[in-house]
Amino acid sequence: MTHGPCDACEELLQGYLDRQLTDAEVSQAESHLDSCDYCRRRYRFEASLRQYVQTTAAERMPPELMAKLTELRSAGA
Amino acid sequence: MGEAEPETDGPRIAAEARDRVRFEEEALALADQVYRVARRLVSTREEAEDLVQDTYGRAFRSWRSYTPGTNLRAWLLRILTNLNLDRGRKVQRTPDMQPIEEGDYYLANKMAEAQGEQVLDQDLVVEKLSQDSIVNALSSLPHDFRDTVVLVDIGEFSYADAAQILDIPIGTVMSRLHRGRRLLKQRLAEEAVS
Repeated sequence: MTHGPCDACEELLQGYLDRQLTDAEVSQAESHLDSCDYCRRRYRFEASLRQYVQTTAAERMPPELMAKLTELRSAGA
Repeated sequence: MGEAEPETDGPRIAAEARDRVRFEEEALALADQVYRVARRLVSTREEAEDLVQDTYGRAFRSWRSYTPGTNLRAWLLRILTNLNLDRGRKVQRTPDMQPIEEGDYYLANKMAEAQGEQVLDQDLVVEKLSQDSIVNALSSLPHDFRDTVVLVDIGEFSYADAAQILDIPIGTVMSRLHRGRRLLKQRLAEEAVS
C-alpha cells in the first residue's frame, strides 16, 4: 500500500464529497480512486456514513409542539 | 404594537395582514425541519422544544425584518442559534488547544482493522454503528464544532448559509466542519471498536 498518493487522496476526501474541489483536484482524486481500492472503499464508506448520520440523527418534531407553535401566531395574540 | 393607523390606511393594513399570515404559514411549514436541527444542537428533547417555541415566538413578533424571497429556514435558524447562545451556551468556548484529531479515514480504518478490509465493501457497513452511538458522538462535540456539523450535515445548509446563521466567516465554517467531522468519527470509532 503506497502512502504518498493515499495521504493526498485522504486530504481531498471532504472537499470531494462537499463538491468544493477545483476541477484539477477532482481529476486528481478521481484518477487516484480509479486505481486504488483502498481509497475507493473509504470514499464510499464516508459517503454512506454521511447519509446514515443524517437519517439516524433525525428526530421528528413531537406533534403537540406544532399545536403550541400555532398558538403563537398573531391570530392568537 | 398598537400604533394608531389613519383610516385611509385600510388597504395597506389588509395587505400587511395577508403578508403576515403568509409569513406565519411558511414559517410553520418549516417547523419540523427547524426542530430536527434544534434537537441536535441541545441535549434534551425538552430543551429543543423550548428553543423552537422561543424561536417561533420571536419570529412571529419580528416578522417584518424577514425579507420575502430569502431563505426563511436560515432566517429561523439564525434566531434559534442566537437564542441558544443567549441561554448561557457561551460558557463553553472552543479551547485553543484542540484534542488531537485523527485523519479522515480513521473510522473506516478502525472498522477495517477490527473486521477485515472487505467489511468496507458491504453496503450496510455503516449500520453497524448504533443510533445511540451517532447521537452520543454528535452531542459530545465541542459546541462550535457541533453547531457547524449539525447545520451542514443534518440541516443540509450550504457553507454560505451556515456562515450567515452563525455569523462567522465561511473559512471558519469549513475548518470547524472538517475538524468536527474528524472528531465525530474518532468518537464513533472509540465506540464501534471498544
